[in-house]
Amino acid sequence: MNKAALASALGSPSAFGQSQFAFMRGNAFEARVKADGGAELLRLVHEKLDAGAEPPVAGLVPDLAAVGPEGRAARTALALREATEAGAWTLLDHPMLALDVAGSPAFLEPDAVVVHPDGSWTVVEIKSFPMLDGSADAAKVGAAARQAAVYVLALERVADRLTPAPEVRHSVLLVCPKDFSNLPAASAVDVRKQRSVTRRQLDRLTRIEDIAATLPEGTCFAPDLPTPDLTAAVESVPATYAPECLSACELAFHCRARSRAEGAVTSLGRSLRAELGGLTSVDDVLDAARGTAGDPADPAVAALRRAAQLRAEALGSRSPAPEGASCP
Amino acid sequence: MSLIATLARLEAVDTGRAQPLATVRHRHLTEHPLVFVPLTTAGEAGAPLGALVGTDRDAPRLLVVPQPRDRDLRFAFLAELAAVVLPYIDAYGQDVEAAERTETDPGTGKRVKVEVELCADAPQLIVPSRAGIEFVRLLGRSMRFRRTAEQEPEAPHPAPPHVPLLGRWLTHFGERARVPGSALLLALTDVLSRHWATGQSSLEDQHLGALLAWIDPPPLSDSLERGDPHERGDPHRASSGAEAALRAELQRDSRGQLLCPPAGPATDPAFDNKLLAPAIERYDRARTALAAAEDGLQADDRLGELTAAEREIRDLVESRTRPTWDAVWRGLDLLRALPEGTHAADRWTRDRWSFTGHRDRVLAGEPPQPRRDDAVTAANKLATREREQARLEAQEALDDPLVMAGRRLAGEAFAGEVTDVVMAYSESKRPSPRPLVTVRTDDRPHLAERAKVYRSLGGKPQAAEYVEGSYEEDGADTGGMSIVLRIIDKMGRGKEPETGSVPEKGDRVCFTLFEHEQRGGAKLPDPEDTPWTHGGPPGEATDPPADPVTEEDTL
Repeated sequence: MNKAALASALGSPSAFGQSQFAFMRGNAFEARVKADGGAELLRLVHEKLDAGAEPPVAGLVPDLAAVGPEGRAARTALALREATEAGAWTLLDHPMLALDVAGSPAFLEPDAVVVHPDGSWTVVEIKSFPMLDGSADAAKVGAAARQAAVYVLALERVADRLTPAPEVRHSVLLVCPKDFSNLPAASAVDVRKQRSVTRRQLDRLTRIEDIAATLPEGTCFAPDLPTPDLTAAVESVPATYAPECLSACELAFHCRARSRAEGAVTSLGRSLRAELGGLTSVDDVLDAARGTAGDPADPAVAALRRAAQLRAEALGSRSPAPEGASCP
Repeated sequence: MSLIATLARLEAVDTGRAQPLATVRHRHLTEHPLVFVPLTTAGEAGAPLGALVGTDRDAPRLLVVPQPRDRDLRFAFLAELAAVVLPYIDAYGQDVEAAERTETDPGTGKRVKVEVELCADAPQLIVPSRAGIEFVRLLGRSMRFRRTAEQEPEAPHPAPPHVPLLGRWLTHFGERARVPGSALLLALTDVLSRHWATGQSSLEDQHLGALLAWIDPPPLSDSLERGDPHERGDPHRASSGAEAALRAELQRDSRGQLLCPPAGPATDPAFDNKLLAPAIERYDRARTALAAAEDGLQADDRLGELTAAEREIRDLVESRTRPTWDAVWRGLDLLRALPEGTHAADRWTRDRWSFTGHRDRVLAGEPPQPRRDDAVTAANKLATREREQARLEAQEALDDPLVMAGRRLAGEAFAGEVTDVVMAYSESKRPSPRPLVTVRTDDRPHLAERAKVYRSLGGKPQAAEYVEGSYEEDGADTGGMSIVLRIIDKMGRGKEPETGSVPEKGDRVCFTLFEHEQRGGAKLPDPEDTPWTHGGPPGEATDPPADPVTEEDTL
């Protein structure tokens, strides 16, 4: 489903987009790293992850072209098996992997997978944010590690079907531009934690059929439907909006508008929701704080009243400073 | 976030206006801050696209890199930036006052006072958002290891003269910004959201336009002018913060451009793709054509085209930075309307020390800050940040009853009325006064046996010891409690305490469980004595090698 089109049809278009500058730069850097049959990339994998193995001389780069994602995934699995048996450095450029997500297959395309001479596999992730003096932006590295962990999981599914099952290395290679240049710098990133988190989340996901079964008969998300019908359709799927959604989901603005209209406190942040006990709407909380509702024996309500009282006292005691909100 | 701040956010949702989180301003603002609104090129590290910079709100200096991937144009931009920023910094370095500092005498090892210079004021850099601080750090890192033609005449692509120096200063500002409570380099969104709670999440507060819309919503007439035909009614009625914030965040014009461009340094992808990329392409074409010109007349024509193309990029950059520039000054106005907290000046003095220290290092010809700190420097920095964090928390609470309310709610302070004072003395050979003071409070402090509590007495902390406490049984659900404290210092040397040093019956007092002043931690060894467990002595400070230049012109 194209969620961006759906969001636009709902009247809350998503704000995602990529600048062509970033796009060009990312592609140029990736092409540079993989140039010459991946010689530089294989050298980095050898140096950072497998220094004990023989140095790569001329790595193999099998052709992975095939028709359709299923075809490419099958081609990738075949190439992986052959490379493992060959026992030579092999670079798989943009392989296609399949992973079962909530009962439906999702196709994934890592930047590269390297097969070592000992038959083990490594995921390579090429990013265009810089590695400055050996360290990179922690948030971006974290996102890259989570992404790579999904690829590792998908590769493990492929490996499980082979006998003997080859090892999928839990250290991935992150390749970034070095300092302010376009030369590659690489670092091994251990993704064991991200891998187990992702695996657990995937196992816990409600299966799509189960969600579909709860929907009313005839629910349809086609973006060309009239807006009221579409809104009703989207609202029939439960969603709990939190501000983190804004950076991840195309429908976030729609969910945010709904969440705000309902006065849900989670729209102000998950941590904030956590300290309010059973009170989930803005009005409930404010009524409890003002003493017009709520059970005083409830610790959350008692704390709120105390907080409201202290706040009023502190604000009342200040000198009549001009209130910021009413400044010109 | 404390429950009080949470409550403020909810009230903001309810009223549609930001609610105060502080009653005083907790950061010092200088008379003439230097505002810096940079833009960067998407996908490139340290490739600025342009900036507005200056100290005069009506006359910002516009600096633009028409082709951000061109090394020479980038250097020209940085040289221009240095020509604006360095004179501003230098002006503060010259006005000094005498001060004293305790230093260890290298000969005797004793602590002695030495006369030193302290700059009377310090420069202050304001950027719109937290990403701006990171960008200042990045610019500093990209410049401080460059070599000028004077330093290394042989090296290709020398940097313009003042660029490495600007890099060292920006690095210093960026590093100082990591110290809690410092004000040499401030991100306006951080300072505004410290003082006001909006009805949106802290994630959304990082959008300067939306944040300002909550604090000071523009009158509806503005949105009418901006071509929003759906708004009706009295044009002078201020719109609600929520609506204004939504407009600031999402509203686009007929060309698909955001009406309130992001405060940067990252630009909106729609701007990059629809406006900037074609303009840069035109510029590139004009430049190639100029280089291929065959005679003077043709060159003149093509130079005209190149100038026009450059003009267009300049206009584009200005159109994206000017709204942010104006918003920054509007935000500063809002902050200036708040009276400054007493201790903010104290923290600003520390900033002045930091500035003076770096000025001296530059004057002494020390090499630029290293790529990685040695073990002792790193440990010192960390210790400083921890100490300053504790200091900031204590000072903000002492300056601001609203912050103190949060600490009282958390059981870390209590306020109340003195109901009884009983004189008592210590049981030593020379008895000193140890009066017992009973305080009645509605707060519920977490007091351990013989816990020390502090109150502010003429700006200095006075300590007391917790003796006993009893809850009142008045049947009400929020019964108060009486706390007996023994005052233990700041009463003078005599047998009778000095007047005013012991609270009297009926006084309102506020005691804290946290200390008001921070003690320094254990002293770390000098860098020369770094133990081998931490890498050993870092060795002679040498000029770190310059960043290698890449073959190609572009990044």
